[in-house]
Amino acid sequence: MNRVATTRAWLRRNLFSDVFSGLTTLLLLAGGVHWLPGLIDWVLLQAVFTPDAAACEAVDHAGACWGVVAEKYRFILFGRYPYAEQWRPLLATTLLLLVIVASGLRLLACGPLLAAWLLALPAFFVLMGGGYFGLTAVGSDLWGGLPLTLLLATMGMLLALPLAVLVALGRQSSLPLPRALCTVYVELVRGVPLISVLFLASFLFPIILPQGSSVDVLLRVQGGIVLFAAAYLSETIRGGLQAVPGGQHDAAAALGLGRWQAMRWIILPQALRAVIPSVMNSAVSIFKDTSLVTVVSLYELTGALSLALAGDAEWRSFHLEGYLFIGLIYWIGCYAMSRFSRTLELEGGLQRKSLQGLG
Amino acid sequence: MRFPNFALNWPAAIALLLLLSSAPAHAGKTLDQIRQRAQLVCGVSTGVIGFSSADSQGRWNGLDVDVCRAIAAAVLNDPNKVKYVPLNAQQRFTALQSGEVDLLSRNTTWTLTRDASLGLHFTAITYHDGQGFLVPKKLKLTSAKQLKNAEICVQSGTTTEKNLSDYFKAQGIRIKPVVFEKFEASIKAFFSGRCQAYTTDASALAFIRAKEAPRPDDYAVLPELISKEPLGPVVRRGDDEWFAIVKWVIFALIEAEEYGVTQANLEQMKASGDPAIQRLLGTAEDSGKLLGLDRDWAARAVKAVGNYGEMFQRNVGDASPLKLRAALNALWSKGGRKVAVQAGRVRWA
Amino acid sequence: MADFRHAAFATPLLAGGLLAGLWWLLDVTAANMHERGIRSGFGFLSDPAGFGIGESLLPFDSADSTLWALAAGLANTLRVALPAIVFSTLLGTLIGLGRLSPNLLLRGLCAVYVETLRNVPLLLHLLAWYFVVTDLLPPASDALQLAPHVFLGKSGLALPWPGGDSGLFDLPARGEMGIVGGAVLTPEFLALFLGLTLYTAAYVAETVRAGIQSVPRGQSDAGLALGLTRARLFRLVLLPQALRSIIPPLTNQHLSLTKNASLAVAIGYPDLVSVANTTLNQTGRAAECIALIMAVYLILSILTAWLSAWLERRTGRWAER
Ligand SMILES: N[C@@H](CCC(=O)N[C@@H](CS)C(=O)NCC(=O)O)C(=O)O
Repeated sequence: MNRVATTRAWLRRNLFSDVFSGLTTLLLLAGGVHWLPGLIDWVLLQAVFTPDAAACEAVDHAGACWGVVAEKYRFILFGRYPYAEQWRPLLATTLLLLVIVASGLRLLACGPLLAAWLLALPAFFVLMGGGYFGLTAVGSDLWGGLPLTLLLATMGMLLALPLAVLVALGRQSSLPLPRALCTVYVELVRGVPLISVLFLASFLFPIILPQGSSVDVLLRVQGGIVLFAAAYLSETIRGGLQAVPGGQHDAAAALGLGRWQAMRWIILPQALRAVIPSVMNSAVSIFKDTSLVTVVSLYELTGALSLALAGDAEWRSFHLEGYLFIGLIYWIGCYAMSRFSRTLELEGGLQRKSLQGLG
Repeated sequence: MRFPNFALNWPAAIALLLLLSSAPAHAGKTLDQIRQRAQLVCGVSTGVIGFSSADSQGRWNGLDVDVCRAIAAAVLNDPNKVKYVPLNAQQRFTALQSGEVDLLSRNTTWTLTRDASLGLHFTAITYHDGQGFLVPKKLKLTSAKQLKNAEICVQSGTTTEKNLSDYFKAQGIRIKPVVFEKFEASIKAFFSGRCQAYTTDASALAFIRAKEAPRPDDYAVLPELISKEPLGPVVRRGDDEWFAIVKWVIFALIEAEEYGVTQANLEQMKASGDPAIQRLLGTAEDSGKLLGLDRDWAARAVKAVGNYGEMFQRNVGDASPLKLRAALNALWSKGGRKVAVQAGRVRWA
Repeated sequence: MADFRHAAFATPLLAGGLLAGLWWLLDVTAANMHERGIRSGFGFLSDPAGFGIGESLLPFDSADSTLWALAAGLANTLRVALPAIVFSTLLGTLIGLGRLSPNLLLRGLCAVYVETLRNVPLLLHLLAWYFVVTDLLPPASDALQLAPHVFLGKSGLALPWPGGDSGLFDLPARGEMGIVGGAVLTPEFLALFLGLTLYTAAYVAETVRAGIQSVPRGQSDAGLALGLTRARLFRLVLLPQALRSIIPPLTNQHLSLTKNASLAVAIGYPDLVSVANTTLNQTGRAAECIALIMAVYLILSILTAWLSAWLERRTGRWAER
């Protein structure tokens, strides 16, 4: 009896609070009844799960052809990396992911975490590139798929952060030249699309560089991503710096700390802590933006998918399933990161609240 | 934000930027570099079967690839010491200009603009091609002139794009180009039915029809060739010795065909009394010396890939899935256009 | 691409300095390239383009100058960006409001929308839409007829359009090569428009939601206590205050959208970047073409920043009234 009453109250509050809300509920339910069966049919019931092109052809898009993923997943995930050696990118990716996840969940203390990163990154490069420990060398032009996406995003973040801090400090500097340079850099980069930066890295860097000193295209593109990301990150960090109360500067000065010392020990730590959530948002953006490198012919996840499917007449018409598959991979990564950022934000909020409570 | 001294500081900023973008150093000798790293770096297409494509083991083959192999055989004594860098239409020239590749051997048309403004030199013609159209048979087209108002898929960064517009302008026919940056994307769009025709070099059309079409019999190549597309390897300017080597290896392959020197009969031919053959194979006089190579450079090239005719038959001719006829690519003495500036002697047929 | 606050440019001096710096960098590059025998300079802009552009708002012919081709590209960028800005703002606002609805289902649906679309790269959205339009629709020769003289097929959406030689409207009809006449929204345009609109709407929704939530609760309580209806409360109390915190990030979204329109190059829509890219390929003038793209986008950014600052001042005044 009571149960019924609470359920009723809940329904009332959440679904039928007024006429408009009631109508919305009915409309949405009707929509669900109308569309859902078809969707379930397509995704599951009529879908083909075996890598059988003929079966997919026969279903003729009435059901999804997940077989395309079953057939091509290795190419999609690892690109043109030599087939027999693909355990290496698998291992490298797993290692890097483990370290990233461990950092996110704070499974390790600071010291071990740093050690883990310092081990994982070289391990990643050795595994991918080979040439040591009896691993055959694999040129970076053959790297592709998920490891490449991860590499571009991770290195993009790791290298852009310190640069961004420098630029943010530069923009706060009282010296006009560094300040002007930093401002020009930030506004210039933020004013143009990433594609133009990638074109620059891919088509222009090589001709501007002194002749004979050719830089690997992967490195150039990575450089482009770092420069692009750093401009945005530096604005975030600058915001953090500005948010540190002026009293902190004064207090540091009163303690007899020099300007740089104050910056290093007092201001920067506070500023950085405050901006971690927004930095995570940038990380999400960078992760997604790595997909653009296919435009300059690096075959990361999106590019590897096109390469795998567009060049194969049998599977070409099942791109949609492929897009959904890699979409899911991107989604998991981005969603995890934004969840993480939200948790941090909440924690930060709580901390601030408890501090206010003390004061 | 205030920038009080901003304007005053420009000279300093400029000086800094000047440092960052220092003037280019002078080119090293390409041949020395190749010998030093014991590897020829060759730019090829990302996958045009018959010209350059990698099989599932990552082994490259095709006509353009054989050119690289022949050159590696001539200069490094090993046709396998080649690193292939797949380049799409737009990347190719930058990769060569920047020194990322030593040689661009990738179905590339010799044009005035390219030869004169990109800091590059075309070496020789390895394939006489022309631009054509691939259409679905169900449209029942018999001539390119029926493509009025048609949408035509084309890859960006190619001569194809301009020829297309030139040709239909001259015919007074309106068409709509649908331009894709990548080969895969253009092919995907065409076979999905986005365009009524696909246009590129006829040789590549043969490959696209045979290998990329879901059902090759549903597609046909229209009879018109709307342009001449002389394809050939390209090198950077500023290194005449390397330019000469690439050019003459190709001439040697053509001459070998002319004199009937093949991969199989090479050793017998070395004993030939014909002075022209002796000169070509370095048995009488040392022609390699002039190029900075040793005396049997040409013999090694032929041994690696066969003469030009053999290369053609194996990669795009009857022994291949493309089954292209030699036509313009037959020797000049057989009604084609293939001529080598003589390494041996002038031979009046 | 990015969802960051965009600081307004302080002085025209800075803007001018940026362009001057860019110009100068170009000059050094040109000198370097000259040494490699690579031709450079902007002379090619007045040469005939020589290539065709599939669809163009400005009348364009391959005999026109390259500069005009680039202008046609820019016009195409704006042609897709402006409608996408309008529609994404409308849709995003609705979804943002939906996320604050007391109705659980609607709130959930809007949350799902935002979380799914935002967490997948835009490029993937575009590729997927393009695939849906070109692969799953019928070919031009048997396009769907949605309404009299409205056709939808692989060649796009054909609509009647004012003008034409015969009568008031140019009406699309079936021809030998698919649909002829009328105004055509090509699959490239449709995919880009849909992708940009739906993706940006997710960001707009978050902006709108955050803006409205930033108005202290006390304000609505006070309004209700004064006897305002919900609608009037929203229009008179919440909206003006929310707008102040919505407009700056919103103009940012619009700017991002315009920059994101450059992804057109991946699906073959002839926007500024695609045309510049084609020019780059045909002329080999990499530095010049990339600099042009950057300069145009910088100018767009500066204009938007000014517009945003002006709007901010306006809404500020409105809210104070
Ligand atoms: N010969 C023409 C066209 C060469 C060309 O790039 N053709 C395209 C279409 S078949 C191609 O080979 N694409 C393969 C790739 O991008 O890797 C040129 O030099 O511009």
